[in-house]
Amino acid sequence: MSVVVSLQNVHKSFGQNQVLKGVTFDITRGQVVAIIGQSGSGKSTALRCMDRLETIDDGAIQVCGHQLGGGKVDLEQLRKDVGIVFQSYNLFPHLTVGHNITLALRHVRKLSRKAAEERARAVLETVGLLEKYDSYPEQLSGGQQQRVAIARSLAMEPQVMLFDEVTSALDPKLTGEVLKVIEKLAEGGMTMVLVTHEMAFARRVADKIIFMHEGQVWEAGGPDILVNPATQELQDFIGNGL
Amino acid sequence: MDHFTFVQFVYLLKGLGWTLVLSALSFVLGSVGGFGVMLARVSRFGVVRAIAAVFIQGIQGIPLLVLLFIVYFGVGIFGIDVPPLAAAGIALMVYVSAFLGEIWRGSVESIEKIQWEAAECLGLSRWQSLILVVIPQAVRLSLPATVGFLVQVLKSTSLASVVGFVELTRAGQIINNSLFQPFLVFALVGGFYFLLCYPLSKWSRAMERKLNVSRR
Repeated sequence: MSVVVSLQNVHKSFGQNQVLKGVTFDITRGQVVAIIGQSGSGKSTALRCMDRLETIDDGAIQVCGHQLGGGKVDLEQLRKDVGIVFQSYNLFPHLTVGHNITLALRHVRKLSRKAAEERARAVLETVGLLEKYDSYPEQLSGGQQQRVAIARSLAMEPQVMLFDEVTSALDPKLTGEVLKVIEKLAEGGMTMVLVTHEMAFARRVADKIIFMHEGQVWEAGGPDILVNPATQELQDFIGNGL
Repeated sequence: MDHFTFVQFVYLLKGLGWTLVLSALSFVLGSVGGFGVMLARVSRFGVVRAIAAVFIQGIQGIPLLVLLFIVYFGVGIFGIDVPPLAAAGIALMVYVSAFLGEIWRGSVESIEKIQWEAAECLGLSRWQSLILVVIPQAVRLSLPATVGFLVQVLKSTSLASVVGFVELTRAGQIINNSLFQPFLVFALVGGFYFLLCYPLSKWSRAMERKLNVSRR
């Protein structure tokens, strides 16, 4: 299996606050990896480093063949290979759902209007929102907005998709509809990294669980580590979480 | 004492026309300049931002009247004859650029950083993010303030009368010089300004209300 994402001894500080203290893990093609941990454990920061929304202080990151340590990075190429979905959806409020998706297809991928619209419809179909093509984001529920955000990212045909607590702002019902979409992508073989608080979902869908604690990978392994944790910290964490 | 005649009324209307021309001219040119100033203010390069900031502070700290004198009389010293319309147009353009640049910078910066991030993560360049994602949202936010400022500009064009440009205020002065009925003449002049400004103010207010409703 080829390694798509690899973090080697990654360090990152915000001022005095050391957020990542030597994080190391690999993700192979087709894997679904869930990163779990308390707020402040560094899991979102680790994810953001993979798309170079944060630069790292020390160590090495390789994502789809791009070296994200020091030095120049071909950001344009990196963003072609990596898709990211945020907790707050971040749809463009002045554009319809359709235009949200076609914007980058047309201006970055340089697709024709027709080809871009076709692809937008296809990905909206995937997330079950084809009928919302001409709606504006504010007319949609949070769950629907998040599904559109996933579709927008998906339309760029990334090799890896990153999900940064994408259901944290949603109620249980809406969370369910977003998770269904993610599960569908997992079945389709998409390589995905999920930072999540949904333990039951992580256990069901993820091939690999990474438990982060105090800026380090505290424990990692298959979904069964959620049932039989090796460390007291993970034990405490799921004890609180479920 | 002479009476106010139809010919004089037409003369005032002509002045009104020139007020509109000067307002439009300074607003269009000032918008172009203001867009440039805004771009400079949100530039990635500190030096460019600093230069723009000095320009804005400088212009905002000088009365428009003095700006007018600098362009009209000051440049004249170098042997360049500046016609009153050009002098007023240039001074107003510089003035409007500084204020609009600052108004627009404020609305561009009020767009959440995560919108930039979302655009960036889709592979849009900084410039594309600005033009396609941030500015369209910022325009909506800045419209009430922009139209409000347009009202200020329209009234400020009256200052062009001091360099001999015959717009509405100057036309009123000229008529009054022969009629000596200042109350009548200037009330009429004021009424004209009001008729121009009131709908704009109203429009600005309405837009602001609409924005507040949709943001709730």
